[in-house]
Amino acid sequence: MAEYTALVVEDSPTMRQLIVFALRRLQSLKVIEADDGVDALKKLQVQKFNILITDINMPIMDGLKLVSLVRKDETHKDIPIVIITTEGAAEDRQRALALGANAYITKPIQAPQVINTVKELLKL
Amino acid sequence: MDPSDKVKQDRLDELGAHRQELLQMFKRGAEFTEDLLKDNEKLRFRLAEAEARVGSSMGDAGLVQELMEKIRRLEEERQDLARRFAEVEAENKDFVNRYVEVENENNNLLNIYVASYQLHSTLDFQEVLQIITEIILNFVGAEVFAIALVDERTQKLRPLVAEGLPSESLAQLPIEGGVIGDVITSGEAHFVDDIENLKFEPESPGICTPLKIKDRTIGVIAIYKFLQQKKKLANVDHELFTLLAGHAATAIFASKLYTDSRRKLNTIQGFIDLVVS
Repeated sequence: MAEYTALVVEDSPTMRQLIVFALRRLQSLKVIEADDGVDALKKLQVQKFNILITDINMPIMDGLKLVSLVRKDETHKDIPIVIITTEGAAEDRQRALALGANAYITKPIQAPQVINTVKELLKL
Repeated sequence: MDPSDKVKQDRLDELGAHRQELLQMFKRGAEFTEDLLKDNEKLRFRLAEAEARVGSSMGDAGLVQELMEKIRRLEEERQDLARRFAEVEAENKDFVNRYVEVENENNNLLNIYVASYQLHSTLDFQEVLQIITEIILNFVGAEVFAIALVDERTQKLRPLVAEGLPSESLAQLPIEGGVIGDVITSGEAHFVDDIENLKFEPESPGICTPLKIKDRTIGVIAIYKFLQQKKKLANVDHELFTLLAGHAATAIFASKLYTDSRRKLNTIQGFIDLVVS
């Protein structure tokens, strides 16, 4: 039985599938998907998560807004947050870290990068 | 005193003196003998001691020999163990290297599986193009690229996607000559070694891979610039280009056919509804 639950928020089905498949290698981690910030907030309201991985550039609600709202949520204000960004988006990265994100992954995404970042934050 | 008695007395005195002398001699002899016996005893004791010492030293030599033999055997065993340990260590390193190789291969297969899965997950033409764009952007790490089809009628390129560059720069490019023309003609992909210093020339991209259905090239993917953290192409990138060459072409072609047929179906249905009403 999984000990931890992760929420992966990514509007691109291709990227979301890659991240989810990579994380499913961690036996102690259950992975839930959301395709944008609004969908993520709905899921955060009904279930407790141990870690959040989110893209920054998403329609409807971007990752920065999501990070900001999660940090104000009593249940999830302390969960580790990983943002997905491009190397050139330093400003977005700095803003996300200032809003409370704990780590970032840059594109092009590789499975080991995702796995190692999550393992480090959850101390697996 | 009678002279004969005097002689007798003298004789007795003489005998008495001799007797005393003999007694003295016997006494001295006895003392000498006693001393000899004591010395003999002492010598016998020392001899016994000496013999005992010699006997024990001869026993230690045997023990030493035995211990030396044991040491020799243990030394041989130690060397054998050291050799086996080195073999196991080498084998362990080999396993670690193979594990790393398998892990890398696993990660590459994951990328290829997801790309392939997504390419064939939809028949919507725009969605197919979006998926190909995401694969090139997020899996390969390209920043400026284009996807174009060969327009058989005009014999020129028709851009479908132009990421980071104006589509006009590709539109109306001839399908003969230049890197793109060579790729279309030969059906073979074009790669450069140095991807960090690519110059933008619309007809000569740094990386150009054909979109092929069987042996027919229906279009190309042209990459002009990579993300700054992408320093060189990895094996998985070549695998992805090979995948895109075949699967992306089929996905584009099938989705285009499906979209066109749906549009024609809707048109015909609309016409029928009009006629019937």
